[in-house]
Amino acid sequence: MRYLPLGPDDRAKMLGVIGAKSVDELFKDIPAKARVSGLLDLPMHAGELQVERTLGAMAAKNRAAGAGPSFLGAGSYRHHIPSAVDHLIQRSEFLTSYTPYQPEVAQGTLQFLFEFQTAVAMLSGMEVANASMYEGGSSCAEAVLMAGRVTGRSKAILSGSLHPHYRDTVRTFCQFSPVTVEYGEPNVDGNEDLASKLGPDVACVVVQTPDFFGNLHDYTKLGAACHAAGALLVVVVTEVVSLGALKSPGQMGADIFAGEGQSLGVGLNFGGPYVGLFATKKQYLRQMPGRLCGQSVDADGRRSYVLTLSTREQHIRREKATSNICTNSGLCALAFGIHVSLLGEEGIRRLAKLNHAAAVQLADQLGGVKGVKVLNKTFFNEFTVQLPGSATEIVEKMVGQGVLVGVPVQRLYRDRPEVANLLLVAASETNTDADRAAYVAGLKKVLA
Amino acid sequence: MAERRFTKDHEWIELNGAIATVGITNYAQEQLGDVVFVDLPPAGKKITKGGEAAVVESVKAASEVYSPVTGEVVESNADLAKNPALANTAAEAGGWFVKIKVADPKELSALMDAAAYKKFVDGLH
Amino acid sequence: MKTDTFSGNRGLDLEEPLLFELGRPGVTGVDMPDAPKVASKLGGLEREGSIGLAGVSEPEVIRHFVRMSRNNYSIDANLYPLGSCTMKHNPRLNEKMARLPGFGDVHPLQPESTVQGALELIHVLGHWLKTITGMPAVAMPPAAGAHGELCGMMAIRAAHDAKGDKHRTRVLIPESAHGTNPATAAQCGFSVDPIPGNSHGRVDLAAVKAKLGPDVAGIMLTNPNTLGLFENEVIEVANAIHSVGGYFYADGANFNAIVGKAKPGDMGVDAIHINLHKTFSTPHGGGGPGSGPVCFSQALAPYAPLPMIVERQGRFHLIEHRGSAGEPGEKSFGRMRTFNGQMGMFVRALSYMMSHGADGLRQVAEDAVLSANYIMASCKDDMTSPFPGPCMHEALFDDRFLEGTGVTTLDFAKAMIDEGYHPMTVYFPLVVHGAMLTEPTETESKESVDRFIHVLKSLAKKAKSGDAQFFKDAPRYAPRRRVDETAAARNPVLRWTPPAPKAQAAE
Repeated sequence: MRYLPLGPDDRAKMLGVIGAKSVDELFKDIPAKARVSGLLDLPMHAGELQVERTLGAMAAKNRAAGAGPSFLGAGSYRHHIPSAVDHLIQRSEFLTSYTPYQPEVAQGTLQFLFEFQTAVAMLSGMEVANASMYEGGSSCAEAVLMAGRVTGRSKAILSGSLHPHYRDTVRTFCQFSPVTVEYGEPNVDGNEDLASKLGPDVACVVVQTPDFFGNLHDYTKLGAACHAAGALLVVVVTEVVSLGALKSPGQMGADIFAGEGQSLGVGLNFGGPYVGLFATKKQYLRQMPGRLCGQSVDADGRRSYVLTLSTREQHIRREKATSNICTNSGLCALAFGIHVSLLGEEGIRRLAKLNHAAAVQLADQLGGVKGVKVLNKTFFNEFTVQLPGSATEIVEKMVGQGVLVGVPVQRLYRDRPEVANLLLVAASETNTDADRAAYVAGLKKVLA
Repeated sequence: MAERRFTKDHEWIELNGAIATVGITNYAQEQLGDVVFVDLPPAGKKITKGGEAAVVESVKAASEVYSPVTGEVVESNADLAKNPALANTAAEAGGWFVKIKVADPKELSALMDAAAYKKFVDGLH
Repeated sequence: MKTDTFSGNRGLDLEEPLLFELGRPGVTGVDMPDAPKVASKLGGLEREGSIGLAGVSEPEVIRHFVRMSRNNYSIDANLYPLGSCTMKHNPRLNEKMARLPGFGDVHPLQPESTVQGALELIHVLGHWLKTITGMPAVAMPPAAGAHGELCGMMAIRAAHDAKGDKHRTRVLIPESAHGTNPATAAQCGFSVDPIPGNSHGRVDLAAVKAKLGPDVAGIMLTNPNTLGLFENEVIEVANAIHSVGGYFYADGANFNAIVGKAKPGDMGVDAIHINLHKTFSTPHGGGGPGSGPVCFSQALAPYAPLPMIVERQGRFHLIEHRGSAGEPGEKSFGRMRTFNGQMGMFVRALSYMMSHGADGLRQVAEDAVLSANYIMASCKDDMTSPFPGPCMHEALFDDRFLEGTGVTTLDFAKAMIDEGYHPMTVYFPLVVHGAMLTEPTETESKESVDRFIHVLKSLAKKAKSGDAQFFKDAPRYAPRRRVDETAAARNPVLRWTPPAPKAQAAE
């Protein structure tokens, strides 16, 4: 057993020091009824080669997104990750360290968290960001709960173009809290009047841009209306690369930014782990969930970093904490930070332009296929198309053509027959002219 | 000279006319360590005896400051909010937390006087 | 000890500025082609002004992060005795498996037909977890232990609500619990009723019974508990809570001590989260990502979160919405995250479990418990323990052995850093004065544990010899001396901001 260093002699000597006859004596507090007699009904230990064979066979049953043309988005985006990212996050000192509770021997982690907070604040245009959340949907839910605490109000209004899984996560997190959640109809064309729903009981309005259907929004006016009504504006971004091209939530007057950072540095991973982004205005700092890294000095006066404002957190405040979150997404935050560092100002803008261009080219080509209509007037790298038949069926047929063409809207809106023919299509810098040609050719064949 | 009274939760209170000044005791600030933040109630807030009047935080701990009396907050210590270290350096003077318009001054008589509080604290060791 | 070199460096120990202080305009670490010219669809919402990010090349980025990494302690470098954190060896096979494109490069919303292997992996991992815990159901979505607690307590709330039991608002939680327990209960709308411990470091059964009533929703109990002890009356506690219609939530943070040795399902547990990043060796990564699947009893299984996986005739299906009556997910309390679960952690954990097998996992628990007891026994003449052994996989010390020395638990911890060790968990659990919770794990050799014991004993003797200042000055040899946490909290600086222009600064 290659991970266990103790040998039989070691164990005997150690038992001798303890004064126990057998190791089972150390387990005597466990009631006999709960003890396992013998072994669990599971396979015996296995070597690397055997484990690789078993898991490799399972992996081989999946179609890797990169194994052919892929155009899936809807909150998870495939981008090229520079080689340096995966190399650096596998440094033992990053990979196998714990939460930086002893700052004297954790400056590496603390400094990258400080840089991560800075990068997230800059990209989102907000004043302060935390050291990451689990992922986007739960980050959004925490934003709604925080808005309830800040305003002392009890209603959250969610846009009909908020990602449906974010909406559902918010509803789950709020279902046993004082906050009630109202949400709109699926808002495919990006027109809805949220300001009219404001009232004295509204804690926040939650909106997304680019929204779930790909439409872009300037929420500046809505933000002003929220503030006039004493509510907070929560802006969600699920495709963080868009912030290299688009007006930021902070520039629109957002009070809280909640987002998904997976696009930078983190792979698709079948949905996790990802990295939740969370930022706000300084005035709301003490109501923020999650860890925060701050700058200080050590006993010699040297610049140092340390976890701070911990009195908001569960390990000190217990039932009065701002959230129960403890473990966050540290290593994914590191991957995000390394990718952003490599890109820099010029790189993130160039990456955003490439994504936009890839999507515009694809939209133009798909719009030219008979029976296919692109619904968006505006978009970044993802848009909605109307197909002449069930999107779910066409997606399945296109698998046979070797192309992952997009996400059927119906998959996320099961009880909405009116969206049956709608398909969300995302493009990125990873798609080539050949990918787009394969998409169009395959679609023509399938629709014929 | 108004007499100072003390609670078992380590608050002090001093009544001048109808207005009482409330803070935390030296013993309390020593137990807390360096105070880094205080959350003070707005003027006009009604508070009840034994209810939460404020929160005081050190790096590793957060504690409620309970009101020794029922009444209405007339003023919070703006200097303390700006400079929480006052709770350490001048706990029983300039580091006061709130001034309360007291509903029933008789509530104070149930509290400990300085000698009784000293005896109480000595008993904690 | 201030650095007396010109550079501020100390040999291999290199100072590194913030990335934002390194960059220059026009430099990047990623080459990309020019974007083809297209008619913009951004609708006039282009971002104006600079974002503020630095421009640096790849070699600079590599050096920046490598230099920073060297300031970190890690399990790969030395024993990491953080109690309740289970800092065990992280096998590299796991990393390799998680990076197979068939796992790492799969989109969460791909058609089911293209992800059968991914669903199978989650299903198989679920089977291992159910077998290990002896529980009939498992929920895979939770992203970490606290998220798992939320999952379990929401299921409990949903189960009570389904029966019309809206008046069950109180949850019993031992005083020694992790802070996540009361925080989670509060997030589910419950009030927290603390339960004292008894003189043996276990929850006081009589106190539990005295607190029972029709308004009790359940109990949250960590077992082995946070004092490193097994709750020997766990079955009586379960029976008591069930007798008033409440449910038993078990915090599985310390599961490493009993994996393969005992099953929570045989202790009357209704829900238990398993931290894959503790017991099943997925790396902690400087504070996450974790993964916290929750195993459920039959009573709570119907309320498990979405999405869930079902197998029908050898095909795997992802249930993403609440079903109609009789369908899976009908009574689910809902979705608690955007996508399926921490797939990257699932692959690593299953790789670890398969490597160990039924025989290896039992050995894991035995060696972890043996090592902790060995530390406890070896240090008994120099340090003090609040409760007599045997302990489980953590040896708990208090600060009575430091009484009168002027040395605190914190000072002792910082002195360990100079000896090349990350300190144990200090000041937790809160119910033990100056607590030092020490968890060696099963992946240390006897030689490694012996070296650690010698350091503990020598520091204890040094403290008693009267040299308090030696401890107050520690650490001396770490990348930093003690960091001023008070200053950080009084005046929070949470991000880098560009320095004021020089002309202004000179005024």
